[in-house]
Amino acid sequence: MTALRPVIVILYILFLLLPIYWLLNMSFKTTNEILGSFSLFPQNFTLENYATIFTDPTWYWGYINSLIYVSLNTVISLAAALPAAYAFSRYRFLGDKHLFFWLLTNRMAPPAVFALPFFQLYSAVELFDTHIAVALAHCLFNIPLAVWILEGFMSSVPRELDETAFVDGYSFPHFFVRIFMPNIGAGIGVAAFFCFMFSWVEMLLAKTLTAVEAKPIAATMTKTASSAGYELGLLAAAGCLTIIPGAFVIYFVRNYIAKGFALGRV
Amino acid sequence: MAVKTERQAAWLLVAPVVVLVAFNALIPLMTVVNYSVQETFGNNFFLWHGLGWFQDVLRSERFHAAFGRQMLFTGLILLIEVPLGVAIALAMPRRGPLVSVCLVLMALPLLIPWNVVGAMWNIFALPDIGLLGRTLNGLGFDYNMTQDPLSAWFTLILMDVWHWTSLVVLLTYAGLISIPDAYYQAARIDGAGAWAVFRHIQLPKLRRVLTIAILLRFMDSFMVYTEPFVLTGGGPGNSTTLLSIDLVKIALGQFDLGPAAAMSLIYFFITLLVSWVFYTLMTRHDPS
Repeated sequence: MTALRPVIVILYILFLLLPIYWLLNMSFKTTNEILGSFSLFPQNFTLENYATIFTDPTWYWGYINSLIYVSLNTVISLAAALPAAYAFSRYRFLGDKHLFFWLLTNRMAPPAVFALPFFQLYSAVELFDTHIAVALAHCLFNIPLAVWILEGFMSSVPRELDETAFVDGYSFPHFFVRIFMPNIGAGIGVAAFFCFMFSWVEMLLAKTLTAVEAKPIAATMTKTASSAGYELGLLAAAGCLTIIPGAFVIYFVRNYIAKGFALGRV
Repeated sequence: MAVKTERQAAWLLVAPVVVLVAFNALIPLMTVVNYSVQETFGNNFFLWHGLGWFQDVLRSERFHAAFGRQMLFTGLILLIEVPLGVAIALAMPRRGPLVSVCLVLMALPLLIPWNVVGAMWNIFALPDIGLLGRTLNGLGFDYNMTQDPLSAWFTLILMDVWHWTSLVVLLTYAGLISIPDAYYQAARIDGAGAWAVFRHIQLPKLRRVLTIAILLRFMDSFMVYTEPFVLTGGGPGNSTTLLSIDLVKIALGQFDLGPAAAMSLIYFFITLLVSWVFYTLMTRHDPS
């Protein structure tokens, strides 16, 4: 039984890496080679696909657009969720439990349901095809999640900390930023990670709310797939590049992930 | 834990969240409600249609079929991902440098944009150029994802297991490392075997994280759209048309706003209802 353990973990990780390896393998091939032959390694190793992406503005702006709205969303979600999570963790107020549950129900709203109304709403307020529109729309599911995670972390901070600070004459904003936030640093990191993650992977709303100016990388990929007769090599390279930001972020929070899940009641 | 102070001014702290989420949730929801009770002939000309669309949707064969496929999909992935996730979490090392490596590698699929997940699996599973398709055919299976419904379903389930099992692993692992060592020492003194330790120590302690894992997997698999759409496009035929794919076909493909809106509301209501039932059942015996 004990000897079997590493085997299970290694097999699982291999299973996870196989499709990624196949994508990587294809990204170093030309489309002709992909369609013409089957090989585990590129026969004519080429960096052409990557070169295209890094030199063509419609390609690399897809990544920049995505990164802009994801960052905006993370900042907005955290800025709004921090005081709210504090209120939920420290005070009782009229309708608090109902409000918390209502927030969570928005995590259950299928984006497919809201795609069309979102398009109309953001067109009506003249934010269609802007980064801020996608950033605001993603708040629908990221704010509830951030409040949920942060509330868990905040509730594990003793209330004596707040009381002592107020007795010492700290104003609320001063206390919150200088004393309280450093105490829940790990929680803020974990919440930021999840906001980044869910905004980065969501594509239906991001595509619905943009056309040219703020077009996410996903939309660029779909257009290429249909217009240029399925440039498989290019598509594979673009796909590989979308994995990098996530891998980067996860590397930084690796020590908090497990802890964050446990404390943050995700 | 200390009792919370009663303070109505706390609403001020919650206000920004309420405004932002309400803007994104209530206005679109009201738009959908509006469409669901009206008939339109274009040009912003609307007629009251009452609950007609709801009756149509609830009676339609098409909705029943899509709903059936959705339940099958959600049921299958819960049955596979939850036990598998727990097993892998139990097999993970508890401390040492390998923990970080495992966690980073396992979390990788969670951070790949959903359309890329679909595209990646499409390329991976194609019978002529994909590693999976080629291997399965080489082993003598008659596997063709774009022609054969069974192959399409197999690929769909395998893709979701690949994509989301790690979420169950991470949650369970977090629950496992929060169990104090003293519990295990006590079990060792009593001479408990691995199964007894799991059944009487680990499983009860995992109750909360497993509740969350099952809820999240239920909700997310019930609303899944992008990955199956990119992978199979709902085909071959309609064999992998899940609820959300069908909904988008009706709403944006045929632009039947009324039926699509009614279907959206029914869909949202089912998700809410099942989540609530799950949540109540699983937390009923919870003292906290």
